[in-house]
Amino acid sequence: MNIINNIKKRKIRYFLFWFSLPAIILYAGFMVIPIISSFGYSFFTGAGLTPDKFVGFENYIKIFTEFPYKDRFINALGNNFLYYLVITVLQTIGGLTVAILVTRKFKGVKFFRRITYLPTTIAILVTGYLFKMLFSQRIGVIDKFLEMLHLGSFIRPWFGDPDTALYSIAIAATWQWMGIVILLFATGIDSISEDVLEAASIDGASGWSLTRHIILPLMVPVMRIVFMLSFIGNFTGFDMVFAVEGIDAGPNFSTDILGTLFYRSSFSAPSLGGWGIGMGSTVASLSFLIIGIGLVMIIFIFKRFEKE
Amino acid sequence: MFENIKRMKKQDLRITGLVSKILLYVILIIHSFIVLFPIYMMIAGSLKDRKEIFYSPYKFPVNFRIENLIDVIIRGNIGRNFFNSLLITTSAVIIILLVSSLISYALAKYEFKLNKLIYYSFVIGLFLPIRLGSINIVKNLIDLGLYDNLASVIIINATLGLPLAVFILTDFIRMVPEELSNSARIDGCSEPGIFLKIVLPLLKPAVITIVLFNTIRIWNDFWWSLLLIRDKNLRPITLAVSKYFGEHVADYGKIFSVLTISSMPLIIIYLILSRFYIRGLTGGAFKE
Repeated sequence: MNIINNIKKRKIRYFLFWFSLPAIILYAGFMVIPIISSFGYSFFTGAGLTPDKFVGFENYIKIFTEFPYKDRFINALGNNFLYYLVITVLQTIGGLTVAILVTRKFKGVKFFRRITYLPTTIAILVTGYLFKMLFSQRIGVIDKFLEMLHLGSFIRPWFGDPDTALYSIAIAATWQWMGIVILLFATGIDSISEDVLEAASIDGASGWSLTRHIILPLMVPVMRIVFMLSFIGNFTGFDMVFAVEGIDAGPNFSTDILGTLFYRSSFSAPSLGGWGIGMGSTVASLSFLIIGIGLVMIIFIFKRFEKE
Repeated sequence: MFENIKRMKKQDLRITGLVSKILLYVILIIHSFIVLFPIYMMIAGSLKDRKEIFYSPYKFPVNFRIENLIDVIIRGNIGRNFFNSLLITTSAVIIILLVSSLISYALAKYEFKLNKLIYYSFVIGLFLPIRLGSINIVKNLIDLGLYDNLASVIIINATLGLPLAVFILTDFIRMVPEELSNSARIDGCSEPGIFLKIVLPLLKPAVITIVLFNTIRIWNDFWWSLLLIRDKNLRPITLAVSKYFGEHVADYGKIFSVLTISSMPLIIIYLILSRFYIRGLTGGAFKE
């Protein structure tokens, strides 16, 4: 063993360094540092992507007090919470139900389980365009379905009506991402040991009570991960809204969320809603804070929930 | 009396068993229908002409018209975009595998000062909302002279794949028994040699998971190419689809065709490799 240790010590230094270096350079240079330094630009003004003058906290004051900054930001934040809640509730209920079913043993389970992940392989953008067609008036399947049920009076331009646009996008997003939620839950259920399930079934638990008393409590940590990942994803979401409603997140900003506001304010020309690098970075920094607070709150709520 | 109760209980169980079995199939069939219908409509729509789409949008295509597909490929010049996406995806995935397996090996097999710190900073990376750093990333890539260059999209997409890859691979490599490497060491094998000959071949399920996950993510990426690519000839497929949609918004056949072409490769790859993918994930990464 001594020989091995000596060889190890001699060679370890140089190769540990070279093995770790590329990953650290990429990770620090293109992930960690950019996020940290985007806080820095939020203290400057400047058109386009060039910082110009240091202004302290002026951008932050502006975004909470001045038109149009305040209106756009508060609007996007509110929309984003609604968007997140709708998607997460639908995903968790739907995902958990399907996951519980596809982890049972029955004929055809492999097919059903494999199908669940299919939408996740499609680009968000493509899903957006696809749902635009599915919800459209000429060939839309939703309208045909309502007509079939004699509910034709409910038909409306789903993505064009400010009252329904955000919900319609949330449905498309749920369709897209539920596969991941199912995968996470199903993986969690798979990893519950056979012994636990067997002991429970000897005690007389079966079907619903097995699910209720054994599986659900063990899925709480997975649920926390789902809530957290979904929070990050939805509070930086962009593609779906862009595909369906374009860069202006219409109608009348009713589908504007933080991701679309960030893109518009940072990278668009002033005439198209660009606010320059300082305000863009301010939106980014505030979004970052909101995501941080949101994640901490989710962890906190789950901790209390677990104690009870 | 007891007999009766027993029998009743048994019957109850069987009925609920039957009911829940029917319920199970009903729910799963509805779910599969919701999942498959939009995809079916997209593919079927790409094989219909304008009239057929409007008059029977949901029926199976009768004539199998491939004019739209051909038009998209030839006049839309989609082959070029397809190639760009292929180049971006394969290069980035190779970089991810190379870079992350090296550092994961160091992290999993050797105790050194910064080991834990480095490992956990990569784990935190799983939760970093990286898009919010876009202003800096774009500025950095402009400074490096890589704006409007496929290399920029490759670099950023490769970097974003690192945290999950390091997380999964470190976990897997920890499970490789130390005796294997030690006996190779006694035989005079160098450290990189041990990594290449002993450890790497054992990581197949983890590698398949990482490849599939990142292929899906990078092929479908839109945000970074939207920010970094201006040149028409360098557009990856998602960017091309968005432009195409804007230009042909009323021509449903063409739209369905371009959507089908852009998503077919991944649907096929997924259906072929999904067995490994789901097993790979359950096999190690998420098991505690």
